[in-house]
Amino acid sequence: MTWTLIVWLAVGAYAFKVLGLVVIGSRPLPAPLERCLDLVPAALLCALVITNTFATGKDLVIDARLAGVVVVVVVVWRRVSFVVVVVLGAATAAILRQVT
Amino acid sequence: MGDVSVTDDDVVDADPAAVRREIVSAVLTMAVAISVIGFVFGVGVVSAGGSVVQACLMSMLVFTGASQFSAVSVVASGGTTGAALGGAMLLAARNTVYGLALSRILGPRFIGGSLPSRLVAAQITIDETTAMATAQHRVEDKRYAFWATGLALYVSWNTGGLIGALVGGAINPETYGLDVAFPAAYVAMVLPHLRHRRGLIAGVIGAVICLVLTPFTPVGVPILCAAAAILIGLPRPAAADEMPTEGMPL
Repeated sequence: MTWTLIVWLAVGAYAFKVLGLVVIGSRPLPAPLERCLDLVPAALLCALVITNTFATGKDLVIDARLAGVVVVVVVVWRRVSFVVVVVLGAATAAILRQVT
Repeated sequence: MGDVSVTDDDVVDADPAAVRREIVSAVLTMAVAISVIGFVFGVGVVSAGGSVVQACLMSMLVFTGASQFSAVSVVASGGTTGAALGGAMLLAARNTVYGLALSRILGPRFIGGSLPSRLVAAQITIDETTAMATAQHRVEDKRYAFWATGLALYVSWNTGGLIGALVGGAINPETYGLDVAFPAAYVAMVLPHLRHRRGLIAGVIGAVICLVLTPFTPVGVPILCAAAAILIGLPRPAAADEMPTEGMPL
């Protein structure tokens, strides 16, 4: 663990954040590009769900996480509160790991 | 965040105080999960040969969990500083896209327009704050969710990291299903974005890109490439297919 790594990562990570939020920020972009940016949450959050559900490093794995997420998808459609959604998802995976 | 389950018709009637309570309870739920993951990170740094100070400074300065874990795991497995930095930077790059989206969602003057406060906001521009802000319907709730999530997660992530680095020891988040807390939260928060046809298509394409690339590319690349799904927004939408403003009137 070198200080070089920590300093460069801190500078780089912050630069990426500032570039989007502050440097470019909310200045108007061409309309087609604005329409694309509207779709960022849909595209990236779905990708994060996939990574967090199936990926272990570079391997795709089907394990207790999938069961938890399936339960979550079902209860989200049943319109329960956020806390219940997260707790049910976590509990499903935890219980499944206990019994297998 | 019960408002993820509110229909378009309900929005007009949604009690602002109830919406805020839902945001707070969602934020607290995430803060608990994040503090445990932060703890695991702190343990990871120390067991990879880092010091307590390094663990804390890294968490405070970098503050984007996936990048931090990626860097530490490369170091722990004997990788070079360059290799650790490369993977972590790839993961951090998506925060640029979040910043672009957030500055539109929150409005140009969302923090009084002052540069110092925008520079502070930049540090908390991460997965969770973007997800929480974009899941709300009213612009003032989006701003509230952004700051509340950012503040709570900054405190809990760094507190967890400090304790983990100090006491070390074994705790496996998987035992409690905490690794599922994140996809669960994202599923709940992405739903409003999938109600619209284009959002749904972008979401499906993003998920497929990510799934297909995972085995063949370095960690971090699949999520970055999934951003290509937003290009379906390029053509002008048909009149019957208006673009979403989060699917809600603001």
